[in-house]
Amino acid sequence: MIARLVLREAARRRLLLALLVLTLIVIALTGWGFSRIPTITQRGVPLPDLQVKLLASQFLIVTMFMFSFVLAMAAVFIASPQISGDVESGTALAILSRPIGRAEFVVGKWIGLAALVAIYAGVAAAIELGVVNAVVGYVPPEPAQFIAYIIAEGLVIMTFALLLSTRLSGMVGGVIALVLFGIGWIGGIVGGIGAAFDNAGITHVGTATKLILPTDGLWRGAVYALEPQALVATGVQAGPAAAANPFYASAAAPLSFELYVVGWVALVLALAVYSFNAREP
Amino acid sequence: MGAAPVAIRTEELAKRYGKITALAGLTMSIPAGDVFGFLGPNGAGKTTAVKLLLGLARPSGGEGWVLGAPLSDRAAHQAARRAVGYLPELFRYQNWLSAREVLRAHCELIGLDRAVWDAEVKDALAIVGLAERADDRVGGYSKGMQQRLGLGVALLGRPALVLLDEPTSALDPVGRHDVREVIRALKDRGTTVFLNSHLLTEVEQVCDRVAIVDKGRVIQVGTLDELLTTHAVRVRAAGLDGAGLAAVRAFGEIQNEGEWTVVRGIATERVPDLVRAIVEAGGRVYAVEPRHESLEDRFLSLLEKPHA
Repeated sequence: MIARLVLREAARRRLLLALLVLTLIVIALTGWGFSRIPTITQRGVPLPDLQVKLLASQFLIVTMFMFSFVLAMAAVFIASPQISGDVESGTALAILSRPIGRAEFVVGKWIGLAALVAIYAGVAAAIELGVVNAVVGYVPPEPAQFIAYIIAEGLVIMTFALLLSTRLSGMVGGVIALVLFGIGWIGGIVGGIGAAFDNAGITHVGTATKLILPTDGLWRGAVYALEPQALVATGVQAGPAAAANPFYASAAAPLSFELYVVGWVALVLALAVYSFNAREP
Repeated sequence: MGAAPVAIRTEELAKRYGKITALAGLTMSIPAGDVFGFLGPNGAGKTTAVKLLLGLARPSGGEGWVLGAPLSDRAAHQAARRAVGYLPELFRYQNWLSAREVLRAHCELIGLDRAVWDAEVKDALAIVGLAERADDRVGGYSKGMQQRLGLGVALLGRPALVLLDEPTSALDPVGRHDVREVIRALKDRGTTVFLNSHLLTEVEQVCDRVAIVDKGRVIQVGTLDELLTTHAVRVRAAGLDGAGLAAVRAFGEIQNEGEWTVVRGIATERVPDLVRAIVEAGGRVYAVEPRHESLEDRFLSLLEKPHA
């Protein structure tokens, strides 16, 4: 019930529509950009097919990085006022006086938001991949895995913003979630630098940020799914220094990390229920 | 619980926010089927009491029972809320939905059988007079219309208990009249109504019993007749000096109203004695008349008195 209200609100407020229209415009623009790659010439000779695909794979990673950022922002903006907004406006009074528990309310919100994130991220990423395939004939090695990772990244930041929303106003919670998202990203780079210089302390900082907010780890998993083998081989040759490059991943995320993310989402959601249980609207 | 069914009972129910005491220890019992007025000035703890009864806030002390379910048993209380309707003081509904959709959403939240939704929604819309605007977005409603919608939401599913927190705050005189009619209809149906208000006339017109609360405590509770039986007379007399006033004071509490002196708490058969006492004290009596006390007078006099 609560989940459906979240979806209905997104539809009624034309939020999903606005996001999809804007995203389609961006996809059209990047599609045009991709279509220019095969027209690049070197001394009058077009680039060989392999190089076109390599370039396309690089552009795709950068484009998707931007997309993952837009997705995180959108997820935060939708999730952070979800509960606090209802409490501040008074809408929560009428709902919570019904025979419905706090857990049902919070989990319902989460399910609705998760569906929104999955629909938006899934549809937008699939279209972008389809457009790139149509324009330059390039398909990344693991498109489905990539979409799964990018959705997971959206779910993680959304869950975190929802937790903050049980206590903080939409604006404060949103800013905190975005700042932490940024710190997580920087933490990933810092950890990479630590690995490059073989500095255990700095590496641990990177690992810690990855565990506190696993968005960057998921992003690395998404990148890996986009990388052609040739590129991974080049990266491996470059040694551990390549780990600092946020547009590169040398290995797939281990299963333990994926399980950790599932546990992390469950724990943060449980914390959100606990936190909202003690809140008095 | 007593022999007669009780809709709401509280024992020393208290709520503190840090050092601030919102409700100091509320003890009351409301029989099922009563229209109960909860009267008090702003900040007396009325809304806090309602929020505690609905499980929206947790008590800091004491206990309460709503339709037999204790507040401390969250599962039982949640189940009991199926039969409770609530119009919050801060009434806000999803403004991106239409009134009909808000009502349907609440039908689902209550857990009503889908087959009865249409009938329930139609009834609620008709009772609160929103049938013609039912499919407009709530965002375009005036405050009064939103409050009417809130009342409609509170009536869904034929609740056994309806809590109305300042239900006419946004309504014009016609709307207020309509709300009184709704409350009377609820009473006829056997529904218990808990009416939070600082509007005395409203309470006076519809309530069977009234509790007067101040500073988080019930300072008086009873039927309207019980609360208003305190007899009073107004006397217009000249030449009352200190000794004269002292003589009058022996008959009851006195209060000056310009030329008139009001004597409260005097039994009717003692009025001639009062007149004689004034005359004996050297006063000249021009007029004596019974003073009809309204709930407002009673309310003000109770609030003026220092109470423990």
